[in-house]
Amino acid sequence: MIFNTKNSTSWFIWTGLMTALIIYLYVVISEGEDKSIFMPGPLTSGHHQIGLNCNACHKESYSDRESMQVSCIECHGDQRKKPFDFHPKAKFTDPRNADRLDNINALQCITCHTEHQPSITKESGVTQPMDFCIHCHEDIASERPSHEGMEFNSCANAGCHNYHDNRSLYTDYLIKHLDEKANLDKQVLPEKEFLNVIDEVMTYPHSLYPVKKLGVKDIDAPAYILTQTQKPDNTIHEDWLSTAHANSGVSCNGCHMPELDGKNTETWLEKPDHKACASCHNMEVKHFLNGKHGMRKKLNMSGMTPASARLAMKKESLSKELNCNTCHKAHRYDLKKAAVDVCLDCHDDKHSTSYVSSPHYKLWQLEINGQAEQGTGVSCASCHLPRVNYDVSDWLRRVLVQHNQNANLKPNEKMIRSVCANCHGLEFTLDSLADKNLIQNNFNKAPEVHIQTMDMAKKELLRRNKNRSDL
Amino acid sequence: MKKISLSLALSVALSSQLTPAVAENTVSVKTMADALHLVMDSDRAVYTKKIVNRLVKKEKVIKASEHFEDDKALVLPAQMFRFGSELVSSRAEALPDVNFSYSLQSIWPINKQNAPKTKAEKEGLKYIADNPGKNYYAEEKLGKQNYYTAVYADVAVAPVCVSCHNKHPDTPKKDFKIGEVMGGVVIRIPIDG
Repeated sequence: MIFNTKNSTSWFIWTGLMTALIIYLYVVISEGEDKSIFMPGPLTSGHHQIGLNCNACHKESYSDRESMQVSCIECHGDQRKKPFDFHPKAKFTDPRNADRLDNINALQCITCHTEHQPSITKESGVTQPMDFCIHCHEDIASERPSHEGMEFNSCANAGCHNYHDNRSLYTDYLIKHLDEKANLDKQVLPEKEFLNVIDEVMTYPHSLYPVKKLGVKDIDAPAYILTQTQKPDNTIHEDWLSTAHANSGVSCNGCHMPELDGKNTETWLEKPDHKACASCHNMEVKHFLNGKHGMRKKLNMSGMTPASARLAMKKESLSKELNCNTCHKAHRYDLKKAAVDVCLDCHDDKHSTSYVSSPHYKLWQLEINGQAEQGTGVSCASCHLPRVNYDVSDWLRRVLVQHNQNANLKPNEKMIRSVCANCHGLEFTLDSLADKNLIQNNFNKAPEVHIQTMDMAKKELLRRNKNRSDL
Repeated sequence: MKKISLSLALSVALSSQLTPAVAENTVSVKTMADALHLVMDSDRAVYTKKIVNRLVKKEKVIKASEHFEDDKALVLPAQMFRFGSELVSSRAEALPDVNFSYSLQSIWPINKQNAPKTKAEKEGLKYIADNPGKNYYAEEKLGKQNYYTAVYADVAVAPVCVSCHNKHPDTPKKDFKIGEVMGGVVIRIPIDG
């Protein structure tokens, strides 16, 4: 072996560089928030915000599928169970389906939703070939003659089937909603339930905030705060008096010195965060943290900003960091503004900007101007943060605002029951949700796409009636 | 005959009646399956008679529907059975010593996923239909695991069982009669190979 000065210098430099690299990688793995250097491929739009926090999904190791499944369920578990899971795990753990599991491991989310694979990732983060239904429903045509000749890669087409939540697409539901008008006679969204069921909300701190109407005399902020808030140009007290907080026994300390983890906060919180809100609105906050607006907060990362969004956002909004008050705006908590104005402060894509020229917006204006009944206007929130009848526990269901805006977004048939069916007939709804141009233009006219689902349901009804008359 | 820990059977069906000394003994896997079936079949009969048939047919205060959420109705007895089975499946995950599964199947299923699939299921459902009053027992290997599989007749006990099945749009059989076998309960217990 030849060992000269030149080689020695190169060796020294190479060793130094490698050592520095190893130290750098070690620090990144153990301490750094940004681990993008290790990422094998870009993430889907569902996870890109938290991509720099590998441990959000990879717990024990980077190859352990079981621990990754735990991570999936931590964030998506509720969405799978509520309101109903058409393919629950128990279907597949039954030993009689062992042969099916050999074909497709339906026990793990990543079998169908693999991350870091943009070249094979389809709508809703699906990475299985779209004919995956064939593994269990190969003989569907014998059970449903109407499906004869249909390709298995068309099962999940718009208006057809949804693996997880098929509640708006099963045959009896379609038949029940045949021949509905595009615009139903009664078009109104459900009213929220909170105050009227509050006695049954076990997580609500009833003893701290007994429901009663408060006034100026009930303001309980420390004296040094009051010297600020009592200045003539300060509208905080006036704003608070106009809210449901003041009308239901929640004064300043309720948010600024809340009870967290069973203990009273010792010091005044200048800017209470979602944890303070959760002391009363825990289900709303839980959903917020599972959605795109709050998922970074859930992982104790800095809040999401429009700058990191993949959708088009307004330049002036890019640095805003999202928490509850970004949209709800203390201290007035104007729900009308939270339903439209604050959305459009940031969102700048075609669908969003087209909203103000849509029939939905006209209805919204009529409502907020007092010219139409409550619940007849259609805001951004009406569809994307809808009021849903939700099982907040095993024992209580109440209408709440679903703050996980992703819960009914994709595939968009998830919106049928929670949103569209409040006002529109099913055939009109299915056609509209399948019309991509119409969605871009924010439903500014009737759909120009027609899908066959309701026609098939009509044929099935005729077949059933004929069978009955043959008995 | 395969033996299993008695505590396994007792945890499901009989535990409150036995002393620790007795719990050291074992029972046959057949006895465990029979005991499980006795509990399942009794609960199923109680739900069908005392809840569904009483409220729907006698008191006439509520419907029972396959689409119970949409129709604001009682769950059908077969759904009640399946939901119980699914809950057992998820709860048993945390109890490695307690491992069994069960399902309601039929040669004439409304939901085609409930048709017999394995050889034991096919033979068993035929056997109990052809031999009223008798049960079917077999061993089978599914995946990498051996199972003791028992099949018990599920008989039409109430007029509502017959009328609902006969007129369901997806039924392959429209002439069920009271007292006839409509399907079977399949209980499966893992055993050593």
